[in-house]
Amino acid sequence: MLEVRNLKVAYSGIQALRGVSLDVAKGETVALIGPNGAGKSSLLNTISGIVRPEAGSVTMDGADLTGMRPWGVTNAGILQVPESRKVFSEMTVLENLSVGKTALHGRAADYDLSDVFKVFPILEDRRNQRAGSLSGGQQQMLVIGRALMGGPRLLLLDEPSLGLAPVIIAQVFEALAALKTQGLTILLVEQNAHLALSASDRAYVMEQGKIVKSGDSAALAEDPEITALYLGQA
Amino acid sequence: MLAQQLLNGLVVSGVYALFSLGFTLVFGIQRILNLAHGAVFMTGAMVAYYTVDGGGPLWLGFILAIVVSGLLSVLVEIICFRRLRKTGDEEFGGVVSSIGAGLVITTIAQQVSNTQILRFPFETFPVVIFRFWDLRVSMLQLFMAGAAIVMVLILGYLFYKTAFGRRVRAVTDNEHAAMLMGINPNRIYSQTYFLAGALAGAAGVLVGLAFNSISFVMGDPYLMFGFAIIILGGLGSIPGALLASVVFGMVQTLTIAYLPSGLTDTIIFAALFLILLIRPHGLLGQEDAGNLGGRR
Ligand SMILES: Nc1ncnc2c1ncn2[C@@H]1O[C@H](COP(=O)(O)OP(=O)(O)OP(=O)(O)O)[C@@H](O)[C@H]1O
Ligand SMILES: [Mg+2]
Repeated sequence: MLEVRNLKVAYSGIQALRGVSLDVAKGETVALIGPNGAGKSSLLNTISGIVRPEAGSVTMDGADLTGMRPWGVTNAGILQVPESRKVFSEMTVLENLSVGKTALHGRAADYDLSDVFKVFPILEDRRNQRAGSLSGGQQQMLVIGRALMGGPRLLLLDEPSLGLAPVIIAQVFEALAALKTQGLTILLVEQNAHLALSASDRAYVMEQGKIVKSGDSAALAEDPEITALYLGQA
Repeated sequence: MLAQQLLNGLVVSGVYALFSLGFTLVFGIQRILNLAHGAVFMTGAMVAYYTVDGGGPLWLGFILAIVVSGLLSVLVEIICFRRLRKTGDEEFGGVVSSIGAGLVITTIAQQVSNTQILRFPFETFPVVIFRFWDLRVSMLQLFMAGAAIVMVLILGYLFYKTAFGRRVRAVTDNEHAAMLMGINPNRIYSQTYFLAGALAGAAGVLVGLAFNSISFVMGDPYLMFGFAIIILGGLGSIPGALLASVVFGMVQTLTIAYLPSGLTDTIIFAALFLILLIRPHGLLGQEDAGNLGGRR
């Protein structure tokens, strides 16, 4: 479905991605783990068209998306849930969800409001509340719901667990598992490697702008190097 | 007498509202002070004048003024701000480049008008006075108040009740997240500047009609008031700008009516100062509203 080939990105001289290649097949949940500053968000933002690559390519079902602007990428069905949530804080929950529909650009919606409320019932109770006044967990659910309203064929998630209590993380990941069962394809960026590996089929490990390891999540979870570096406490 | 002055004040407030809403809209979404806004306002008045001067009807002049001012405002955004935004230095750079754009527009208007004060031919707007109770209202005043109210309502509807308005507010709130939802911010900016310019152009025509005096410098005092109004309203707050316009319009009309002339501006700006001492973030402003560029 998604093919990333030899992607290179630099910010005014700082090389953030040094030739990254990665694949996501339809229906898969693929995790991308790595330490702070590895370039995980840079990769997602390059796929989303926010950042332009120096070299390399991004294709979706054979269609070249390299260098396409974000509105073109969303139209191709790639929706990103950004790092640190970024709800539209002055708008209500319903308005936030409604903005998500912009990403459809006239495509048929795969998820409507009632689907989102089924996945995250709390959002229905809070539908007229200002998004900025929601708790962190509720905001995370809202931004996932907002992206669902945009009809994703591939959902990119940037550290959905960041700063959330374990109970809430469990809720969010249960919802993601349910979405996967319904057939949604997911690329999940996480620093919490344990969580990411248990929630995914395959995983890539990124360090300093490069993929240094990849494989089945279950196998990586047993890999001594990975356990030492990323699952230290486990 | 007081009721009459309050009525007059309300009409003045409407014009201020039209002018400053656009100014606020732009500030709210980009944190940019568009100092060419006064020149756009003046352009509206000029376009209406030359339409009527050329034999066209006033309604056509009004519509042309709105369209031309809207487009001019879009052009100002593209030329003055769009490139600067990419450098991330738009707050101060934008002030300078929009002053430049304002000067260019004003100078062109000065050339075109030959540095003259232009006046609409007599009865361009029918002079009809209504009297009720003890009050005197001209049809022009009714039209001004009506036009201001209708435009503010339309803007409010667009902004708070439509998908377009939600997209504008989304970009205002978080441009990055808005882009990830497939919104093209540049398009939103163009649309916002068009609305802002159109409102200013309409205000320009109304002011030109009310004083029957149009000149290339007529935008300057309004820019000053617009500036004060968005500060008083709470930087970028639309309801705040509306409220501040009414406060300004009223205070100005009442001081002109009851106090020695020449004191008006002193009192207005002293009042502004006092209100800001009590409410530093303006009437309806939020704590972080003055935190320029802090959203990115
Ligand atoms: N807009 C930017 N301008 C300049 N440098 C940037 C920018 N964004 C990221 N970088 C740099 O690029 C590198 C990769 O950053 P990135 O945010 O992609 O990493 P990350 O893996 O997502 O890290 P984290 O886990 O902390 O979110 C870092 O060195 C970072 O400082
Ligand atoms: Mg990151």
